[in-house]
Parts: sequence; C-alpha cells; structure tokens
Amino acid sequence: MSPDELHATPAVERPELAALDAATLRGALYRMHLIRKFEEVAEASYARGLVHGTMHLSIGQEASAVGATLPLASDDYILSTHRGHGHCIAKGADPARMLAEFFGKETGYCHGRGGSMHIADIETGNLGANGIVAGGLPIAVGVGMSIRMQKQSRVCVVFFGDGAANEGAFHESLNLASIWKLPIVFLCENNKYGMSMDVAHAMAVPNVADRASAYAMPGIVVDGNDLPAVASAAREAVSRARDGGGPSLVECKTYRLRGHSKSDRNLYRTKEEIEAWRARDPIRRLESELLDCGRFDAQAMKSIEREANAEIERALEFAKSSPAPDPAALTRDVYAG
Amino acid sequence: MPDDRSTIAGVRELSYAEAIREALAQAMEADPRVFLFGEDVGVYGGAFGVSGDLVHRFGTERVIDTPISELSLAGAAVGAALTGMRPVLEIQFADFVTLAMEQIVNQAAKIRFMFGGKASVPMVVRLPGGSGTGAAAQHSQSLEAWFAHVPGLKVVQPATPHDAKGLLLAAIDDPNPVLVFEHKLLYKTKGPVPSEPYRVPIGSARVAREGSDCTIVASSIMTLRALAAAERLAQEDVQAEVIDLRSLRPIDFATIAASVQKTRRLVIVYEGVKTMGIGAEIAARVAESELVHALLAPIVRLGGADSPIPYNPVLEKATVPQEQDIFAAAHALVDRS
Repeated sequence: MSPDELHATPAVERPELAALDAATLRGALYRMHLIRKFEEVAEASYARGLVHGTMHLSIGQEASAVGATLPLASDDYILSTHRGHGHCIAKGADPARMLAEFFGKETGYCHGRGGSMHIADIETGNLGANGIVAGGLPIAVGVGMSIRMQKQSRVCVVFFGDGAANEGAFHESLNLASIWKLPIVFLCENNKYGMSMDVAHAMAVPNVADRASAYAMPGIVVDGNDLPAVASAAREAVSRARDGGGPSLVECKTYRLRGHSKSDRNLYRTKEEIEAWRARDPIRRLESELLDCGRFDAQAMKSIEREANAEIERALEFAKSSPAPDPAALTRDVYAG
Repeated sequence: MPDDRSTIAGVRELSYAEAIREALAQAMEADPRVFLFGEDVGVYGGAFGVSGDLVHRFGTERVIDTPISELSLAGAAVGAALTGMRPVLEIQFADFVTLAMEQIVNQAAKIRFMFGGKASVPMVVRLPGGSGTGAAAQHSQSLEAWFAHVPGLKVVQPATPHDAKGLLLAAIDDPNPVLVFEHKLLYKTKGPVPSEPYRVPIGSARVAREGSDCTIVASSIMTLRALAAAERLAQEDVQAEVIDLRSLRPIDFATIAASVQKTRRLVIVYEGVKTMGIGAEIAARVAESELVHALLAPIVRLGGADSPIPYNPVLEKATVPQEQDIFAAAHALVDRS
C-alpha cells in the first residue's frame, strides 16, 4: 500500500478517535513521543560509540505499538520482536532501564545480558522481545493455554513482522490458537520489508491478514500509522479474545523510516518512497488530527513532547552513570534455582 | 552413591513405561499446574503406550492431543511455563525434535539468561529415542548430546524404571527446561519402583555395579548392556564397575572421577554417534585432570558408528555398541595393562 492510498485525516472527529478520552490520548501521545525520542537517543548513542552491537529501530511505527497496547490491562501479556523497543515502552517498561540495557549496564532490564533485542519486563506483562523471526508466536500459544487453564481473563498480544508470516511457526501457531480458541491477538506489523525483501515478492497474497481465513479467524487490515484506527481494531480483537471468541489476526500496514539495522544502506528502496512515508509520520498525523478536532492545543501537545523528551534525557543519564556488570557473575542466571 | 530404592516402602515391579506413567499421574494429582500434551497422547495412549489411560483419569484439558506441529508445541511449552504452568511435552519420536530446535535451543534454554534472571521456564520435554526397533534412520536417533551442549538446558537419560519415574518427577519439579531422553527399547523392561512419589536428583550418576578393575561409564540402555557385559567379565575374573550416568547436563563428574581413581581404567559407552559425543567430553575431563596420571591404559570410547541408523536388523545392531562390544573392549583394556 502506498501512502497515497491511505485515507486522509478527516476534518471532523471520526468514531475511532471519539472512542478515546483525553487522558487516553494524552497517554498515547506521550508514549509515542517516548518511543521516538528513546530511539533517536539510542541511535545517537550508537553513532557516538556509546552503544555497541546492533539495534533495530521502529521509528515511524509508533502508532501500531501504542495503538495495539491501548486496550490492554496491566496484567495482559505481550510478546515482542527484534524491533521491539516501542512495544516495551507502550506496555509500560521504564525507558531508563531499557537504555541502561543498551549500554550493557547492570541496571538494565537484563543486567546487560540481553541488549536491545531481548528486553523483557515480566512485571508489566511483557514476556520479552525476540531475536528470532516468528519466535514469539509459538510462545503465545502456550501463554494462551496457560491463561485458559488458570481460568484467567487475560489476553496475549503477540507482535510480529511481515517476514514472520512466511515462517512455519506462523502457520502452526495460528492453527493451534484457532482450534483451541485461545485468547490471542496476532498483531502483524507489516512494514513492507523483511530486511530487504519486499513483502510483495515474499507472499502470493496481498495481505498477511488474508491468511487468517485459512485458520478460521478474523483477518483485519488497518492503517498502521493511524493510532485511533489501530486502537479500534485492537480493541475489537482484544475483546473478542477476552470474551472467549478466540484469536484474531490484525495487520498494521506501516513503514520503518530507518534501515533494518545498523548495516542497512537502503539499497532496496528509494529516497522518494521513504519521504512519502515520512509524510505519513504517525506522531505528526495524530497531533494534526487532535489539533483539528480541538482535542488539544498546540501548546499542550508541545508540553507532552517536552515532558517525554525530558524523561528520555533522564534515562540517558541513568544509563551512562550506571555500573557495568561484574564478569565474575557471568553465569549467574543461566539456570534457575 | 547408594541405591535409594531399598529405603522406600511399597516397591513393586513396573515397566519403564508404567513407571513414567505413574510419575505423570502423581505429578498431575499433586499439582494442578502440570499437564501433558503431544501427538496422540490422548485416547491413542501415546505412540509407545506411555500415556496409556491418563486421558481418562485426568481429562482432555490436562492430557491434550495436538496436531503435528512440533515447533509450536515446544513453543507452547515455553509460553505455558513462563506464565505459571508446568507443561510436559511428549515429542513422539526423539528425531522429531529437529523440528522444534528453535524453541528449545533459542528460547527455552536462553530466556532466563537473556532476561536477566527475571523469568524461568519450568518445562519438561519427553523424547523417546534410540535404535533397535527397525524404524530406520529418521526414527532411531540418539540426539541427547546435541542438547547437552546447550547451556540453560538440563538433559537426563534414565536407564531403569526406578530412575524413569524419579528423574521425571525431578524434572517436573525443576525450574529449568529439562529434556528427558527415554529409550524405546526400555519401555517394556521391568524393575522395582516405589509406589510413593520420589525424586532422583538431576546431576547424580549411579554406581550400578561395583568393581575394581575397570570403570564402564554408560548411559541409557547401554547401562543394561554394560551390566550384562560385567557379569560375563566377572566370570573371567575381571571386576568391572558400571556407572549409570543418568544425567548428561549437569554431569556428575565426581562419581566418574572417584571410580576411575579406583579402577585406573575407563571405558565409556553410549548409543549416540561416537564422534563429538558425550564420551569425548568425559574423556577430555579425565585427560584434563590429575586423573590422567592414574590411568594404566588409554581411555576407550564405544559409541554409534559414523552412519545413520540402517533398516536391516544386522546392520542396525552393528551401528551401536552391543553387550559383546563392551565385554571385548573392557577385557582387552584390562588384559593390556
């Protein structure tokens, strides 16, 4: 889908936006800014040599992370991907401990053992990012079984990309979730490329969501850069899962404005394409709509952004000033007990 | 280590398969978090009859028939374990674990470490392995060494009905992922099994027979063959000490070392392919320690040939160590030194 095909911002408040109260919108906007600023700071830290290894930035995809988690309660579960910073922050992770993890510090979520790709925050229901494409989908099946067996009313949202939809794990997991009617939302962030592979060349169907019919579950395509639309689709899928209706597949059409990882030289896409999607920036789009509808004035929104930026600046100081892990404790957490 | 079976009342003769079934039943009776799932474990009773009537005793919510989806079943075990359950997954033939490697090696084994000790994965995978049934190359492998190579996993290999029950109960209690490699030829073997629940500690080998002339370290069915060989050796005045490894990871090197210190001769026998196998690890540990000076002769390894398991029964037997091979190797070792 090209940006031109996505519908323009309406002049009047649409139902998807009307469904969100001021506090929810404020929180959503704040978290989108947190994610954006977090990743910009992470990227800059990498460029300055403060962070080693690699990272996968989700700049441009903030609406799907925040929108998909908006209907979730604090004890609902998510499973995330290698491009998972947004999911973690959206579910309530502390950016300071995340950034400390990037810096490999003992105060990081994983005590410097996991890095960018393996952040989990069990207390906020975040069962972990995953370095393996489609690695989270089978785990979601077990989480769904566990919720069912423990007679809980929780839901599990599992994020994955378009690339994961071509892994066997995707098909096995959707089938298992469907035959057992598990409380799972399969949340595909289709950002158009599996590393460099254009999704149009990687699938014989136009939408990942088209595959839902093979597993007798709803398959919904949504503009992934449109926060109220994502929230609306997610709310319906989450309600269905919570009410015993079984799993859904929600596909957010979005775009990563940065490369796949630090090695990406953008040889597989054009500057024009990137610029066209930059014009659909999910944060600016939401702000512009909120302004048009009179939900927030420009000053209020500026202060939300400033507040988020300040939190990330504090997170950066925390990460920089935190102690490194002790090599003597290397194997401390290989085994439990 | 003294044999603990005589200290527990209510000892009966059970088959290895019955002992496993009893462990599963007692674990499910004692703990509502425990459940069994896998291909044909329900009314079929398991491909090797291990689950038997469990579905009638515990219902389809706790003894769950699944589609043929090994990767996602292993992942489901991970997800259920992460969120408060104690799953036991039966992989129908150990060979099929190759389809589930991603979830076991990348996820189950690493989650605790990657997430900085914040999560644990108390799951059990039961794997019927080994040759001797005429099932040929894709249904006869002994792959335990692969998993013993992975930090974060535990690997056990019971040889007797007693240990099949005790190790499985210990595995279900364990807060880590544990792979239980059962042997298809052992399912019908009988031995004394206490009726009460008991645990055989993971990481403890067993001196199955005491002797002074030669140590034979064996695993799984090779323990039975080593004991039979030891009886014949005794008739020729060679007293072999047989150590049943029981656990590959963690390995009980102290028990091996104490025996080698005494006998000064070492034979290691296992069914998995000899090259790069568990015998190499044990031999290397001896060679790296002061024990090497106690040896009267080079260490002997007996393992699977560098060949897939063939169909023809004569060829199949020739592929893995038999009682005669162990007898001849131990005899020659004692004769030459």
